[in-house]
Amino acid sequence: MAIRESVADWFSKKKIKPSLDYQAEKLDIPGDLWVKCFKCGDTLYYKDLEKNFKVCTKCGYHFKLSFRERIAITVDNGAFIEYDKDIRSTNFFNFSDTKSYTERIEDNMKNTGLSDAIVTGEGKIAGHPVVLGIMDFSFMGGSMGSVVGEKVTLAVERAIEKKMPVIIFNASGGARMQEGIMSLMQMAKTSAALAKLADKNLPYISVLTDPTTAGVSASYAMLGDFIISEPGALIGFAGPRVIEQTIRQKLPPGFQRAEYVMAHGMIDIVTERKYLKDIVSKILEFTGH
Amino acid sequence: MQNKLDNLTDSLALSNWQIVLLARNSQRPSALDYINMISEGFVELRGDRYFSDDPALIGGIAKFEGEYVMFIGNQKGKTTKENLARNFGMAHPEGYRKALRLMKMAEKFGRPIVTFIDTPGAYPGIGAEERGQAEAIARNLLEMSRLNVPIICVVTGEGGSGGALGIGVGNKVLMMEYSIYSVISPEGCASILYRDSSRAMEAAENMKITAPSLLDLSIVDDIISEPSGGAHTDPKAAAENLKNAIIKHLKELKKLSSEKITEQRYNRFRKLGIFEKIQ
Repeated sequence: MAIRESVADWFSKKKIKPSLDYQAEKLDIPGDLWVKCFKCGDTLYYKDLEKNFKVCTKCGYHFKLSFRERIAITVDNGAFIEYDKDIRSTNFFNFSDTKSYTERIEDNMKNTGLSDAIVTGEGKIAGHPVVLGIMDFSFMGGSMGSVVGEKVTLAVERAIEKKMPVIIFNASGGARMQEGIMSLMQMAKTSAALAKLADKNLPYISVLTDPTTAGVSASYAMLGDFIISEPGALIGFAGPRVIEQTIRQKLPPGFQRAEYVMAHGMIDIVTERKYLKDIVSKILEFTGH
Repeated sequence: MQNKLDNLTDSLALSNWQIVLLARNSQRPSALDYINMISEGFVELRGDRYFSDDPALIGGIAKFEGEYVMFIGNQKGKTTKENLARNFGMAHPEGYRKALRLMKMAEKFGRPIVTFIDTPGAYPGIGAEERGQAEAIARNLLEMSRLNVPIICVVTGEGGSGGALGIGVGNKVLMMEYSIYSVISPEGCASILYRDSSRAMEAAENMKITAPSLLDLSIVDDIISEPSGGAHTDPKAAAENLKNAIIKHLKELKKLSSEKITEQRYNRFRKLGIFEKIQ
């Protein structure tokens, strides 16, 4: 059973140190033993939370996962071959706000241990070989610039070459402002690559996690043959604040949350994290991959 | 202000912000203006067949230089009343779905597609989100990339982010001289990066949003010159330049087989992106 496997993986990985994005979410309690749930405010014992796939044991709130945490609960035995590790963002527009884009990338690399907002590669999910893309929100809000766009495209191209399915775990605030129009173009590039994948009848599963918005939702995230979401994830094109300012009225309860988006016909499944691997495995079996 | 701007365009030294103002000028020729000036017998085709017709994004068939073409375009109004009816050129998902329906129809009957881009962006509203704004745009990007007829996209005014790109995946992407194309408005950029939307002028200068910068970056393939003072000061002259540019690029594309048309478009977007490879 896929779920048992992933639980076993989870336990075997428990020595992994909590990632820094997670620490940023924590209450300032010495020893990092306790965390506060953002939704219900309850204080949780860190080990309990970890055992529960980082889902609040009281209210079911799904904490954001780092790349490493996602790999640990998704890929069989954590075995993952990374693609295109050598691609780096550059400050080609010489952009700077409170600090330069170059500095910002360096800081984010240091803090997350990642080279950009997505890691791509291949591994097995419940025995099915897949090409994976895993976005990490802690790297500049999961924003998509040239590197994210190129890595997604290269991963899809490799899946076509190897006749493998693609699964992407999305977590992104949208296009990376520091790369301007070049970020926008990544939407067209990645979507075009997915058209080629579809032409070969290879499956693409898109998993939406909190949040999946703007440039990423308006390109590869919403193009899955199967679109699965974690509960409560914010999913949309425009951010809620922009919409509120534009229309000058209050938004309906639950607006742009996974359950609301599913009720409006835009996604297939909303599932708790602990069932995700099993559902993906069933879908892959259905597709014959 | 307008006179000031008109004089300034003669000096050839417009700031990015001045170009932003020209691109947004409410008197600039709209998609329908251009279609009527450069082609004959336009028949508008409406509706996405799912939900409704979106007046902010129009489409239809017309004869262009003796041959039928499918025209698609963001449609702004010139007066407040018109703009309310056109939702200020901000399309809902049904607009993008109508555009896709018409583009697929053009492919079915072997006709080229010409799109005119002029929108602040796709509409950020409750209904738009509920009916899948993100999905509608994403779908257009995917489907446009594999159509086998020539697609020419022209940014005529404001090329506002995903809302512009949703009809912007062309074999050739052209820009009018005083148009802009960007991932976010200068106001939005200033409010995100400087946390102060009033610094839009400053943001505009730092953003690569004007035609010459985007030509350098291969985001666009050609710039269509405008009469001095901007397209609105002499719409006929602007339309004439636009028409000649479309004729030129269409002629080039017609030399390609339908497979090559798709391939050229894919490769055009495939190579966009700037990054470095470390050792």
